[in-house]
Amino acid sequence: MIPRKFGARVARVEDERLVSGAGAYLDDLGADALTLAVVRSPHAHAKILDIDVTGALEVDGLIAIYTYEDLDGPMADPLPLLIPHPALSHGRTQYVLAKDEVNYAGEAVAMVVAVDRYAAEDIVERIVVDYEPLPVVVGIQNARAATHLVHEDVPGNVAANVVQQVGDAEAAIAAAPHVLELDLSIERSAAMPLEGRGVLARWDPDFGRLRIWSSTQSSTGVRAAVAAKLGLDLSDVTVTTPDVGGGFGVKIMHPWPEEILVSWAARRLQRPVKFTEDRREHFVSSAHERGQLQHVRVGFDDEGRLLGLSVRFWHDHGAYTPYGLIVPIITSTQLLGPYKPDAYRVEFDSLYTNTVVVTPYRGAGRPQAAFAMERTMDAIAQKLGIDRTEVRSRNFITPDDMPYDHQLTFQDGRPLIYDSGDFPQSLATLKALVGWDNFTAYRDAARAAGRRVGIGLACYVEGTGIGPYEGGTVEIETSGRIKVSTGLTSQGQGHRTVFAQIVADELGVSMDDIDVVTGDTDRSPFAVGTFASRAAVVSGSAIALAARKARAKVLKLAAEALEADPADLEITDGVVRVTGAPGAEISLGTLAVLSNPLRYAFDEQSKLATQFTVGDSSQPPVPHGEQPGIEGNDYYSPMQATFANGMHAAIVETDPVTAEITVLRYCVVHDCGNIINPIIVEGQIHGGVAQGIGGALYERMAYDEDGQLQNASFMDFLMPYVTELPDRIEIDHLETPSPLNPLGIKGAGEAGVIPGSAAIASAIEDAEGFPVRAMPISPSELFHLRLRHRRTPADAAAPAQPERKSIS
Amino acid sequence: MSEQLHDIRLTVNGAPRNVVVPARRLLSDCLRHDLQLTGTHVGCEHGVCGACTVLLDGEPVRSCLVLAVSAHGHAVTTVEGLTRPDGRLSAVQQAFRDCHGLQCGFCTPGFLTTITAGLRDNPTPSREQARDMVAGNLCRCTGYQNIVASVLRAAELAAADHDRRADAS
Repeated sequence: MIPRKFGARVARVEDERLVSGAGAYLDDLGADALTLAVVRSPHAHAKILDIDVTGALEVDGLIAIYTYEDLDGPMADPLPLLIPHPALSHGRTQYVLAKDEVNYAGEAVAMVVAVDRYAAEDIVERIVVDYEPLPVVVGIQNARAATHLVHEDVPGNVAANVVQQVGDAEAAIAAAPHVLELDLSIERSAAMPLEGRGVLARWDPDFGRLRIWSSTQSSTGVRAAVAAKLGLDLSDVTVTTPDVGGGFGVKIMHPWPEEILVSWAARRLQRPVKFTEDRREHFVSSAHERGQLQHVRVGFDDEGRLLGLSVRFWHDHGAYTPYGLIVPIITSTQLLGPYKPDAYRVEFDSLYTNTVVVTPYRGAGRPQAAFAMERTMDAIAQKLGIDRTEVRSRNFITPDDMPYDHQLTFQDGRPLIYDSGDFPQSLATLKALVGWDNFTAYRDAARAAGRRVGIGLACYVEGTGIGPYEGGTVEIETSGRIKVSTGLTSQGQGHRTVFAQIVADELGVSMDDIDVVTGDTDRSPFAVGTFASRAAVVSGSAIALAARKARAKVLKLAAEALEADPADLEITDGVVRVTGAPGAEISLGTLAVLSNPLRYAFDEQSKLATQFTVGDSSQPPVPHGEQPGIEGNDYYSPMQATFANGMHAAIVETDPVTAEITVLRYCVVHDCGNIINPIIVEGQIHGGVAQGIGGALYERMAYDEDGQLQNASFMDFLMPYVTELPDRIEIDHLETPSPLNPLGIKGAGEAGVIPGSAAIASAIEDAEGFPVRAMPISPSELFHLRLRHRRTPADAAAPAQPERKSIS
Repeated sequence: MSEQLHDIRLTVNGAPRNVVVPARRLLSDCLRHDLQLTGTHVGCEHGVCGACTVLLDGEPVRSCLVLAVSAHGHAVTTVEGLTRPDGRLSAVQQAFRDCHGLQCGFCTPGFLTTITAGLRDNPTPSREQARDMVAGNLCRCTGYQNIVASVLRAAELAAADHDRRADAS
């Protein structure tokens, strides 16, 4: 027997290319392509009065300049609203090039095609746009006040108001022995992959076909969107996803104006055209996330058990709503985490501001959700003088409660029903890993030495692996090589490795003989995309099912060829053998030859399958109901999400003088069901935790009141270097299999980031002795919180209002 | 109006290369678009992320902050030049593979060149020194955990190589 690959610490198959400089990222392609550059609005809100291109016409290298006036048909309509929702009463999307008005600084106003980026930027600089500035709405408070409107026809700046409730939370809170109220705030951040957006298109005038390469998380989505805008049939558009330099959610947004513009220009000019975003453009014209104000009311008993929970929050979605209400819906439903409130009410407003659009960034509304719930848990513990882990334990959904129906509607429009999980065990494991019960002694000793340290924890549950579906194709070539394809895309997750692991086990072949392709619409025209930690669950399951079909055909053909009972056959290392009959064997490659009756021979192998060599002349060459070749093809369409969970603990030290905050230890207990490859899951957690720490302590979008992003560079938007992270991120796994899919797996991609702000706020609060209700928190903000609590020591135990230095 | 062009000579990964560039062309663009050495990636274009790091006469530089004309007459090593002449991965490249030191791979070339120079100067780094060695490069995928492990692993692999060569001679 070959050892199973599923569950093994298999090194990635992607890496040899990537460490050799042989990767093919978007800007590495299309050396012959023209460059597209974009004239972007410098104003956050303005009317466009005039666009004057005369000064740009003499620049060397100019090919074309286009504005909204040049667009017609579907190109002149607003971009699609990707995920409509009945409550999204005032959804708005932008045009590919602004029509009459701009609503954020960075919005595309005109496009330039030139021979290279240098020429294109020279031209962009010489295009003069005359604007009439309008009042700007920045920050949730200003959006709520609605003194000014982002869109004239959207009253109150409210795109949607959504309420979900189970039971009568208000009555339960009114009757509860204890009630707390918390005001909480999470700032804007962004995914910030190291590679920005990029798209290349080639129009084939001979056949009327368009070929697109895009750095996207959804090749089929880009294909459908471009086809709709350009009036092409889907079958005349191919989208291929090359190596993608990170996504973290931002590249699930599509179509970007540039994806449409590049394709349109390539057809119009009949020349290849490419857009490669620069870093500043990524800050001001892609997408951001986080950004909520929350008000929590909670009623609980003397033991700290929840009796009623009512959450009102305000979500800043920026200037448009291309991705619908997904982020706030996730916040509103995933807020409950591993707990069961007796009664729950949640209401949110999704608000317009004159800022970059908000679409999912890793975690997608869950970091905000965990922040609300976990800050509440800590506040209850503080109020009752109970250990923070104990309050959580008392409110856990237990394994016996599974499957647990929250009676809410999740982001996929389906019931929010947890499938499995063992939260008490997760907490026990976390407490052991971080040394929770011994921390008091450590803290006391540190305090005696003049140091301030604190410990905090946070829990979450994450719905992963949502539908609608993904597909898998597993084909055995006559060489014996196995070709696997799935339509969703990869941004560094290691899909080729984990999918090859699955196929290696299912088919009994070596991983070396398997090639996996992702995100190519020619190979897999039906697919959805990589988001919501769904690739392993949905594509992994589809590929497993497809491999089982291929295996069934292999065994059927081999049973005929070897004149054996299929039940007596086994496949190892690409060869089918009859158990207990040495020498009775046939390779998968030979079976692939025999499965495809040929008229023509091309080599020694194919000779074996030609018409004078094989076949029963009383039957058609391909038996009725069969297909030539050995190809398994299947789809997996889950009924609902499968719910992963985890708990994080952080130990921080705060400098008594400078208020600098250092994460000393960061511990993770993670349960994503059966693990396909622990190395890859750990890597995902590491990266997620780094983003969580970044979001807790460093990363924010500093908009000024004019809607100018003040920190739109890596100099000023502080992503963690290694120096900002603890030396080791400590991880322990639980594996509670999902009962919902063939492999028992749950998603793992986003988990690491979710409870970061909540856990670190908890730890800082523990170190400092006063509430921390707004994240991220800088040393300066902590310093000012200290001053305030020093001035009014009597208030130190009372909930503090969020303190904000910058807007939003 | 046309830009003035300059003939420059570079030694890139050991091979002499002649390129004609305008004075404002960045070394990163020259490598990627004039010489088709696309292994060098551009992540921020202002010298902060380190993805575009190449070795200029052996020293790590941000190629997005170097004008191609100012590299005239100098030797440049890119990630493509780290692979051994027989096609095998260098110790640093192999270590990244062994330790899952990369995910999307976009920042990786800058880490590989930086660490190659770092280990040349300090072949036996402590864990703290390994962290310092990569402290100027941004990675958004890995949380650096496995990158630091890769530095230490690369030092081990290079030492083993050195021992093998010593045994053979």
